[in-house]
Amino acid sequence: MDIVVTVKQVPDPDIPPTHFRVDEAARTVIPPAGVSPVMNGYDAHALEAALRLREQLGGKVTVVSLGPDSARDALKRAIAMGADAAVHVNDPALNSADSTTTARALAAAIKKLGHVDLVLSGRQASDTDGGQVHLGIAAHLGLPAVSPVQKIDAPSAESVVAERIVEDGYQRLKVRLPALLGVSSEINEPRYPPLKGIMAAGRAQIPVWSAADLELDAAQAGRVQLRRLYVETREASVELIEGDSPAEAGARLADKLREARLV
Amino acid sequence: MPGVLLIADASGGQLAATTAELVGEGARLAHQLSGGPVTVLLAGKNIQGLAGSLGQLGAEKVLVAEADGSAPPSPQWSLAAAERAAQMVTPDVVLLTHAGGSRDLAASLAYRLETGIVTDATALRVEGGELIITKPVFGGSAIAEFAIATSPRVVTLRPRAFETTEVATPHTAQVEPLSIPAFDAAIEVLEEVREQASSGPRLKDAKVIISGGRGLGGPENWHFVEELAQLLGAAVGATRAVTDAGWVSPSLQVGLTGATVAPDLYITIGISGAVQHIAGISGARNVVAINRDADANIFKYARYGVVGDWKLIVPAFTQRLKELRG
Repeated sequence: MDIVVTVKQVPDPDIPPTHFRVDEAARTVIPPAGVSPVMNGYDAHALEAALRLREQLGGKVTVVSLGPDSARDALKRAIAMGADAAVHVNDPALNSADSTTTARALAAAIKKLGHVDLVLSGRQASDTDGGQVHLGIAAHLGLPAVSPVQKIDAPSAESVVAERIVEDGYQRLKVRLPALLGVSSEINEPRYPPLKGIMAAGRAQIPVWSAADLELDAAQAGRVQLRRLYVETREASVELIEGDSPAEAGARLADKLREARLV
Repeated sequence: MPGVLLIADASGGQLAATTAELVGEGARLAHQLSGGPVTVLLAGKNIQGLAGSLGQLGAEKVLVAEADGSAPPSPQWSLAAAERAAQMVTPDVVLLTHAGGSRDLAASLAYRLETGIVTDATALRVEGGELIITKPVFGGSAIAEFAIATSPRVVTLRPRAFETTEVATPHTAQVEPLSIPAFDAAIEVLEEVREQASSGPRLKDAKVIISGGRGLGGPENWHFVEELAQLLGAAVGATRAVTDAGWVSPSLQVGLTGATVAPDLYITIGISGAVQHIAGISGARNVVAINRDADANIFKYARYGVVGDWKLIVPAFTQRLKELRG
C-alpha cells in the first residue's frame, strides 16, 4: 500500500500562554527563544498509522510538507520515525499561503508523486486549528475523505474501514481506495524515532519542489485573508480559598460555593 | 437577492441543541448584509418532523432532503445535499455549527464550491459591507480576524459562543423538498454507534460539570470525579490528556477537539489549563480550580481556586458538600 502523509511544522503548542507573542504588524507569531518548532501532533499520529499499515501490508510511506526551510526538520523527524521518503514543497511565494493555496500546493505535490492508495493527514494543525486543508487536498484530488478518524481497520488493496468520530459516538465507514483520512489522536501512540531512523534521517536527501515544479500559479490569490492577529491579555481575578490544612481549604471552598448559590 | 444558507445538524433524527444559535446568527447576518432570505437545509434520516421546529426557531424557508435506505447517510451524501442546496440558493454566506459531522462537511463543501472557509468562529461582524470573522488560533493563545474574498463565504460557528435570540413570532416555515443528484458512493456506512451517557446529564447541556485532568495521577483515582459529579447531579468531563491516555471514554473530552461546554459551574481537579482545554470552556460562567501548581494557567480563568494536593482537598470538599446539602 502506497501511503502519503502530510505533515506541518508548527510552533510548539506547549509554549505557555504567558510566553506567547505575536508581531501584529507582520501578523505572525514571534517564536520564543529556545523553543523549537515541532511536527504537528495529529500529523505524528497520521504518520504512525501509516507506518503500522506498511508493517501489515508492505508498500511505501512518503511524507510531504509545505513550509519554509525550517520545515525540513519535521520531514527529517518523519524519516527518523520510519518514513521511506520525503518531499519538501518550499517556495518564498508560498510562505504566507492561505489554507486554500496550501491545499492546492499539497494536492499538486501528491499528484506529482504518482501512484497513491491512501493519503493520511492530521485532523487539524495546532497553530490555526482550521481542520480544512486535508479536506481541500481530497477535493482537489477527487478522493473520498473521512475525518476525524479514531481507528483504521481491515486494510486491503481495495478498501479500509475507518471509524469517524461524530457527536456522541462514531460511524464505521467502509472507504474505497484511493482515499484520504484525517487522523485524530485517539488512534495510536506515535513512536519515538529509533537510533537507526535518526541515522537514516541524517543521510536522507530530501528533494525540494518549488511552485514552478508543481506547475502552480503562485500569483493566484488566496481566498482567505488574515486581517489581524493579536493576543488578548487576561488578568487573573481568581479568589484563592485558603485554610490551615488542605482539607480545611476544601471544606471552605464548599461553603464559598454555597454562599454564591452555585451548589 | 443573495441571502444566508444554514446547514442544520439533524444527525440521529433530532436537531442539535446549537440550532437556535445557528438560526439566530443567520438571521442577524442576513439583515446586516443584504436583507436577503435565510434558508435552512435539513438533510438526514428521519427528519421530516423537524421542519416545524425550525420554524419555531425563526427559520423562514427549509429545504428538506430525506435520506433513504436503512443506514445513516454517508458523508458523501451529506456533501451532495449541501452542494445542491448551495447551488439552488446561491447564498452570500453559508453557516454551520463547528461540531460533529458539520466540521468536515463545511470544509469539503467550501472546496467543492471553490470558495474560502473559516472554521470555529467565535464572533462575526459586518464592517463596511464586509464580513469579518474572529477565531481563536494557536489553541486560544491568540485571536485572528479573517475575511473571505470569494462567495459564498463558508463559516462554522463555535458551539455556545453565539447568543440565541427569542423569536417574537414563530413562523410556519415554508418547506420545499430537495432532490439529491447522483454521487460517487465510495463510502459505505457499516454502522453508527451513539454512546448514551451512562447516567447523569449530557456534557454539552449540563449546568454543572466536574472535570478531571492528568493531575489526578491515574484512572484508579477517577472515582473522586464521579462521586462529586453524582453528588451534584453534574456531568463528568476530562482533558484530552486523560482521554488520550484511555482513562475514560473519548466522548468525555472537553476542549478544542472535544465538547464545547457552557455550564454555570465548572469544577476542575488536577487540570493545568492547557489552551486546548480552555478553548472548550470559554462559555463556562464560574470556573473552580483545584490544582497543586499556583502558577497553573487554569487559575487565570477561575473565579475560585484552591492551591494544593487534590487528594487532601477533594474528599473534604465532597464531605462538606454532603453536609450542606443535608
